[in-house]
Amino acid sequence: MTGDLIFILLALLTVVPAIWVVFSPNIVHAGFALLFTLLGAAGLYAYLGADFIAITQLMVYVGGVLVLVLFTVMMTRIPHGEKRKGGLDRYVPAAVFAALVFAVLYKVITAVEWNGTFMAPEATVAEIGANLMTNYIFPFEYVSLVLLAAMIGAAILIRESKTRDDHAEDEAAETTENAEVQS
Amino acid sequence: MEALIALILKMPGTGDMSAQALHITAASTMAVLMFTVMALCAIVFTLMERKVAGFIQSRFGPMRTGRWHGWAQAVADMLKILGKEDIIPAEADKNLFTFAPILVLLGSLLAWVAIPWAPGFVAADLDLGLFYIFAVSSLVIIGVLMAGWASNNKWALYGAARGAAQMISYEIPLALATIPVIMYTGSLNTQDIVIAQQGGILNWFIFRDIFVFIAFWMYFIASIAETNRGPFDMPETESELVAGYHIEYTGMRFAFFFLAEYANLFLVSLIAVFVFLGGWWAPLPLLDFMPPALTFIIKGVMMVFLNMWVRWTLPRVRVDQLMHLCWKVMIPISLLCVVGSGILQMTTGQLN
Repeated sequence: MTGDLIFILLALLTVVPAIWVVFSPNIVHAGFALLFTLLGAAGLYAYLGADFIAITQLMVYVGGVLVLVLFTVMMTRIPHGEKRKGGLDRYVPAAVFAALVFAVLYKVITAVEWNGTFMAPEATVAEIGANLMTNYIFPFEYVSLVLLAAMIGAAILIRESKTRDDHAEDEAAETTENAEVQS
Repeated sequence: MEALIALILKMPGTGDMSAQALHITAASTMAVLMFTVMALCAIVFTLMERKVAGFIQSRFGPMRTGRWHGWAQAVADMLKILGKEDIIPAEADKNLFTFAPILVLLGSLLAWVAIPWAPGFVAADLDLGLFYIFAVSSLVIIGVLMAGWASNNKWALYGAARGAAQMISYEIPLALATIPVIMYTGSLNTQDIVIAQQGGILNWFIFRDIFVFIAFWMYFIASIAETNRGPFDMPETESELVAGYHIEYTGMRFAFFFLAEYANLFLVSLIAVFVFLGGWWAPLPLLDFMPPALTFIIKGVMMVFLNMWVRWTLPRVRVDQLMHLCWKVMIPISLLCVVGSGILQMTTGQLN
């Protein structure tokens, strides 16, 4: 009974802010509402006994992804109080896409055998660590490679413009120097 | 928690309580205790900070309130702040503005749950204690962003953006520096980490090998940046941003930020103590008579003092220097510490 109550509260914490994220007219509010959805999802993981995934959810999504989302939303300089535009041309593609995603998820939900009880192993971290270093070493390394490539890409994007500016400054400095020498 | 439940059972008239009632009583006692300690540390550390600052700058600090060396100054400040008018700017986002201080305080209070005060005396004995502490601290970042944006003030927004960028950057060396220690213990449980350091000062992790020693200083520098204190107080820089993300806050709401700052300061100091400096173990057998919790808190206060010393001695760095230090200096050194300590542990056969 208490277990059901906890589950219902956590599910509400996940779903209600999620609806808010979709329908809120203020995009920054939508970003902040995402915080509660992510916390609710972390709570659901913890309730299932997957404490490592729960805390990773907090670390990666709240500490990393959400902060970046908020950064981008704030940096686009929406004036306070401006409303998000809604209309058929926005809702229809979104609805079609959401329906497609739900179809895939529905397939997954019906394919899984839900009966029976599953117990999470006691010490999850050690198991996960050992598995990542033995059975799943290839995906693990592959993901790190993808992330490394993304990081190098970002660094190059920033560096390119910076060196060009430096060159421009150097050239400007040189021309002024030459002008001084000539005069 | 178990220690607390045993203590409650010893009291008269609690023998017939059900397990659930016992658990709830113990949990709420713990929550009240944590919050009291947190509020107390804000009061004690403001006075300590002003006295330390005064000492470093060759002056006295507060001397009048309460007659003896101005001991009541912090209490008087607290009462003053309670009586101040609560102002919400007309153009502010009211809901986010009122919620942000709560979120910041919540982020630091949640992390206190896994601090090992004494053997068996920890509010939540989590298997992933240390990882949990680092994860919930990220709520503070969201709170800071919320405060900065909701204030609808450009200085506040600048302060919040700087603060969030700084905190997500310095989280990385902060967590990396603790990894050599986790490799020694083979556990993330905060109690286990302290228990592994039993037996005098030479068994503390900081003196186990040279790489952990370097990692400790990496942790210390990153923890100063993580709490947004000088020389890394970019989010607040009075000379550029007036006061940063809490510029529009007054009265009790400002007090929440203030409380969270000092709670965070004590929190990172306590983490340094239980991860690197032997937690509740006394440095010498001579000092074994002290209660473990007292030893732990004294060490924590010493770390806070070190933090204040740095704050009032060094000048503030620039934003680009701050990011350079984190990404190009501290992260490579921390990674080197992880690899170096790992190789040492493998060759000496200490790796779990």
